[in-house]
Amino acid sequence: MKLARDTWLIFTYEVVLLVSSPVNVAITLIQPITYLLIFTPFLKSVMHAPSYGAAYAIYVPSLFAAMGVFSGMFAGFTLLAAIHQGVITRCRVTPVSRASLLLGRVGMYVLLVAFQGVVVTVIAVAFGLRVNPGDFLYALVLLSLMVVLSVSLGYDLALLVPRENALGNLINSLAQPLSLLAGCLIPLSVAPLWVQRVADWNPFAWGTNGMRTILQGRIGADVIWEAPLIMALVALVTVAWSSRLFSREIA
Amino acid sequence: MTSGPGPGLQPSLAAGASGPLPASGDPILQVSGLRKSYKTRHRRKVTSVEAVRGVDFAVQRAEIFGFLGPNGAGKSTTLRMLATLLRPDGGEAMIAGADLLRDPAQVRRRIGFVAQESGTYGESTGRRDLVNQARMYGVPKSAAKGLAEAAIAAFQLEDFVDRQIKTYSGGQSRRLDVALGVIHSPQIIFLDEPTAGLDPPSRARMWQEVRKLRDQGMTIFLTTHYLDEADALCDRISIIDAGLIVAEGTPSDLKREISGDVVVVDLAAPDTAGAPEPAVILQAAKILTEQPYVESCETIEHTLRLYVDGAATAIPQIMRALSAKGIEPGAIETRRPSLDDVFLAKTGRTIGD
Repeated sequence: MKLARDTWLIFTYEVVLLVSSPVNVAITLIQPITYLLIFTPFLKSVMHAPSYGAAYAIYVPSLFAAMGVFSGMFAGFTLLAAIHQGVITRCRVTPVSRASLLLGRVGMYVLLVAFQGVVVTVIAVAFGLRVNPGDFLYALVLLSLMVVLSVSLGYDLALLVPRENALGNLINSLAQPLSLLAGCLIPLSVAPLWVQRVADWNPFAWGTNGMRTILQGRIGADVIWEAPLIMALVALVTVAWSSRLFSREIA
Repeated sequence: MTSGPGPGLQPSLAAGASGPLPASGDPILQVSGLRKSYKTRHRRKVTSVEAVRGVDFAVQRAEIFGFLGPNGAGKSTTLRMLATLLRPDGGEAMIAGADLLRDPAQVRRRIGFVAQESGTYGESTGRRDLVNQARMYGVPKSAAKGLAEAAIAAFQLEDFVDRQIKTYSGGQSRRLDVALGVIHSPQIIFLDEPTAGLDPPSRARMWQEVRKLRDQGMTIFLTTHYLDEADALCDRISIIDAGLIVAEGTPSDLKREISGDVVVVDLAAPDTAGAPEPAVILQAAKILTEQPYVESCETIEHTLRLYVDGAATAIPQIMRALSAKGIEPGAIETRRPSLDDVFLAKTGRTIGD
């Protein structure tokens, strides 16, 4: 179908562009790796984790949540740059479906963050994390859904507030609470009950909880199937709404 | 050389719900009553700005058609409406057999568009973008590579097409933009200010490329605020001012409407600094307007633009009339009417304003 073909075209173009400068990709890894190596020891002592392996099992989902929320929302800036450079205008004049301009880019970000997730996990494994491939795949799926959701949101904000300064403030104001309420620094299990109830309304929190639950081996828990379901629903609705917003007139 | 439109047109581009391409002899572009307003918000007040107030015109096949007008006249807005980037508030347009309002998707398949800004990522390469552009029009990958090769040869991009676009000069970048715009051999291509910001050699080269495209059978619709571009490059032009078309025709026909010669009297003396007194300018204008051989007189800062029957006989009389009142002009120049004079006659302002 045309939408699928066009999305694939935009996706491959953006990925090739990304891969053509491996230095830029490497730079995006610096922050997650730094947090991984420096923050986990703190977390281990704060959470009284019995071992580094257990500490990483607690922290890696949080790190994934932070990566998912932030990289997605800041995608809005690259969209503004693409608009200012006239790239979006040039694509809009072609028969390519306008929703594919959004979806192809979302796909590129999913690939990028999934790659970051793999690198981070490999390093964590080297430092003591134990995870089996099936659980890891599950975590990547949740991470991908997070990216879909946050990139769509980031693009919506960029289209509604096309000025870099205002957009920066807006994204920060939203990304900080969203990621904190997803437990990106300290797991929500140690937060006060009222914070946990508020976090129930945060789809990203469900993603983090699902990931952490499976990494800690509690396969039977309800959240294992609830998390992907909730995230998939919210992501789908958001992407559909964002596609429509994207298809409207943009100068 | 890349095969131009016409017999070489790919079937996928010609088919579609809108119907066949117009038969030769019919205009390829027909616009009627096109309108567009913008809402601008300043503080609390929302005002509506009518950028395009109802334009009608037609463009014939394989001609270079220009929209000439000052900045803010509505040229780019009209162009963007025709390129399906903006939704018109009213009116109709038929572009290469496709209805603009009812089937914009079909319009997109049949046109090319080159914006004033570049439209490419600096980190990408020209070749990659050419292939990608062809594929966005539905060309399969291997054929797209072939089209890219042909475009590189046609526009002489070999020397830099594999480098990153951010390293290109202005002229190189613009050549790539045009190559991107025509890679799918559209029937008609829209160019927004194609030579804005280019140095003279690049401008001349761009004009050459545009003429070459026309000679291959492509129709070109461009906007410009440069008189010489409209005059030298375009087969026919429409002069647009404040959202309305004020004149239309070939540049020669339009200039011929202004009979006689143009005499420009500059009242600023070359040896004194500063302009002459406004009172002097007014007086000179009054004297000259009353002269029988002067059809009309326009005051532009410290120069008077006179439209006379014959410059040769008019100039000595102008000198005598001004000297008699003690006014010494600094310089006198004569020329044939230009498109700026046409614009002035129709709107009361010069394009430079």
